[in-house]
Amino acid sequence: MEFAALSLYNQAIILFAALALFTSFIMLAQARMMPLIFTFAWQGLLLTVVSVLVAIASGHPQLHISAAITFCLKVVVIPYLLYRLSARLNMQYDAEVIEHPTLLLLGGVALVIFSYHVSQSIIHLSGLATRNTIAVSMAIELLGMLLMCARKSAVAQVIGFMSMESGIFFAAVVSTYGMPLIVELGLAFDILVASILFGVFFFHLRDSFGSLNVGQFNRLSEANQPMPSPEATEPSSGERS
Amino acid sequence: MDSQLTAWALAAAQALLFIASAPLLAGWLRRVKCHMQNRAAPALWQPYRDLAKLLKKRMLLADNASWLFRAVPYIVFSAMLLAAAVVPLVAVNLPSAAIADLIVLVGFFALARFFTALAALDIGTAFGGMGASREMMVAALAEPAMLMAVFTLSMTANTTNLSVATAYILQSGLVLRPSFLFALLALAMVAVAETSRIPVDNPATHLELTMLHEAMILEYGGRHLALIEWATQIKLMIYAVLIVDLFFPWGIATDFSAMVLAVGVVAVAAKLMLIAVLLVVWETVLAKMRLFRVPQFLGFSFMLSLLAMLTHVVLETGG
Repeated sequence: MEFAALSLYNQAIILFAALALFTSFIMLAQARMMPLIFTFAWQGLLLTVVSVLVAIASGHPQLHISAAITFCLKVVVIPYLLYRLSARLNMQYDAEVIEHPTLLLLGGVALVIFSYHVSQSIIHLSGLATRNTIAVSMAIELLGMLLMCARKSAVAQVIGFMSMESGIFFAAVVSTYGMPLIVELGLAFDILVASILFGVFFFHLRDSFGSLNVGQFNRLSEANQPMPSPEATEPSSGERS
Repeated sequence: MDSQLTAWALAAAQALLFIASAPLLAGWLRRVKCHMQNRAAPALWQPYRDLAKLLKKRMLLADNASWLFRAVPYIVFSAMLLAAAVVPLVAVNLPSAAIADLIVLVGFFALARFFTALAALDIGTAFGGMGASREMMVAALAEPAMLMAVFTLSMTANTTNLSVATAYILQSGLVLRPSFLFALLALAMVAVAETSRIPVDNPATHLELTMLHEAMILEYGGRHLALIEWATQIKLMIYAVLIVDLFFPWGIATDFSAMVLAVGVVAVAAKLMLIAVLLVVWETVLAKMRLFRVPQFLGFSFMLSLLAMLTHVVLETGG
């Protein structure tokens, strides 16, 4: 279908979908904690805009409700919780060292191509004008997964997880005009509970490992335990403590 | 026959207007920047005075300067002149636009840059070699990004000819193409790097370790320097007009009546002034980045142009 022949609403949906994909790439490139959280909130806002536009263009008023849920959770509540968490862990100004940033971005591009290839067979089953965005939603999911794989910081991994969930929600909106409301509410609460549980986990992780860097979780920490007696310590265990 | 002659005359007039107004754009840029930074601003025609002063000055050449060193300013200037003749400033469908397409335009820039780097190496000073190697590094990273952005646009317009592409975008009206948005961002980042503006390079600096472009032309003086400075101003204007033509072509003349041409002149002047203001804001809020951050900056712009091409394929033609 010729792109210029679509209605302006559908063009806007595709434009905002592309922008949401772009925020996924920004998240991949962003090493600092605060801008990462803000970018996640921006992605939520773009998804909200897409669902409102889909609701208007397709005449499905219940999508307004899911847009409202998305806005509350992904733009307000979860970024605020993550921000408060990182402020309390005193890491909101931390910057991670990303190894091979350009390679990571090119890997992201490869994932977009892969998801386009995979979604080719789905696209033919759908008659919607916005069916091409299915590939984008799949790419957002995969990029969230790439973020989880590439990052060492636990908070960045949580953001990658949430962004995967955004991709699933987005796929539901553009391919079938939304999931049943009860499923969506359930998912929303799952995500909310998950974000609170992650917060609790962060504190436990920091207490037991002294760091939120998942690369260090395979090391043993004896900081909270009483010092072992000298004769019990083997000489070879010095490097692992 | 007569209309053909008029068209060629108009094309020549447009090219002359282009190179004559390039220092004006530089002057406007400098003036806005001074106002933005609370400094006393020079007059709008100060770049013309500078060029006139340099043209009158006596030439001083290094003892070991070869013919290449003396030829390079003319090569660079004529490459920019040819590039300026290709870019539609006031009107599309001029006969001069058929001379070269967008890829040749990139080639003109590469030619000018190659000879500038050779001239910088010719004298054999440390600064020249340093500047040349840095400039080539930036160019090697910026050029693929620019070509990808250009390819995206030509895939949409089905042509690589700039004038035809502009006419196509003009007649297709308001279409919200995500690929154009990304290509615009990528092209703007490349333009900033290629015209040696902040954050990649500082055009006003003569500090040893931060110069890129300035380090290469350090040995030039007199009319050679005037030609190179003028060519730099034309290059900045070409990039600005390129962005205007490809993304905001509204107002450009499509036929050659006097009224439409006047509207075209006013429209392009207003758009260029606006772009200059945006550039000044960008240069004021950003600091110059370290040289080793530049690959990341340009890598991001390459990623953007790649994303532009992907969104074109996935979202705009797929299915």
